[in-house]
Amino acid sequence: MANADLKANRPLSPHLQIYKLIVTMVMSILHRITGAALYFGTILMAFWLVCAAAGPESYQFAMDVFGSFLGRLVLFGFTWALVHHMLGGLRHFVWDMGHGFELSTANWMARATIIGSVSLTVILWIIGFIVA
Amino acid sequence: MSDMRTPLAKVRGLGSAKDGTTHFWRQRITAVANVFLISFFVILVIALQGADYASFTQALQNPVIATLLLLVILVGCLHMKLGMQVIIEDYIHSEGLKLLLVMGNIFFASIIALSSVVAVLKISFGG
Ligand code: HEM
Ligand code: HEM
Repeated sequence: MANADLKANRPLSPHLQIYKLIVTMVMSILHRITGAALYFGTILMAFWLVCAAAGPESYQFAMDVFGSFLGRLVLFGFTWALVHHMLGGLRHFVWDMGHGFELSTANWMARATIIGSVSLTVILWIIGFIVA
Repeated sequence: MSDMRTPLAKVRGLGSAKDGTTHFWRQRITAVANVFLISFFVILVIALQGADYASFTQALQNPVIATLLLLVILVGCLHMKLGMQVIIEDYIHSEGLKLLLVMGNIFFASIIALSSVVAVLKISFGG
């Protein structure tokens, strides 16, 4: 392959927009996207803790930021990403143990992940409003 | 096809990168720990929402809460560092940019982890 012409008009394997979206594929992608979103979301956690460590005024500032409409919206999204990624992780554990590769099982686990993550997120926020 | 590996290389199972399944295995250990730690974190955040400064610091001065929160931070940051490295290696193919991003990933995870740890310790030790 050392002398292969990489710039030549070679056939491409079908990708991205060629394939129909299916639920297992979407969950796989979402696991990565939520992982990456949580990665940057840790800035919020560090901001919260560092503000609290800096004293009462900056703690109040952080509380106002998170308590605003936009703040709550971001935290709602953060909760969903966390719950979804966790359920997706549990699915990975099942596969790691060598189970759940049958098409029917993989499909229902994928559906359970998205239904479970949306429901759990809503339930957690309802609990949050009740205890507030 | 003949196998070019020596018997010693085969039994060590470390491959050409010399760390075998270490990355994968650490990602799993931190993921299993995260199931418990992140559940704790979500409950903690719900319990502390809207708390005033005094009750917030009082909660973090509880050594059990502080220890668990430190574990959330450290295990979480290790897990996300491992995960982001895989994403970078999957999509970035030019050697220079990849090196830069893999390094930046380590810096980011370290800064988030240590700034959060220092904050928790400061509050936990009373200020
Ligand atoms: C919209 C199109 C697609 C996107 C955005 C996408 C994205 C991704 C992502 C984020 C992963 C990593 C997920 C994980 O590790 O859990 C992945 C893995 C994978 N994808 Fe896709 N994918 C797409 C379409 C496809 C198609 C059409 C195929 C094959 C026909 C495919 C085959 C694979 C395979 C085999 C893996 C596993 C790779 C590994 O384990 O290292 N993907 N994809
Ligand atoms: C709640 C508990 C969690 C569980 C059970 C979990 C589980 C997992 C698992 C099993 C993987 C490997 C996926 C694969 O091999 O394709 C993974 C990847 C990843 N995780 Fe987590 N995780 C958790 C929390 C977190 C948190 C809090 C973050 C970020 C702050 C995070 C960030 C990532 C990233 C960036 C990846 C790489 C994604 C990829 O390669 O597609 N995870 N997680």
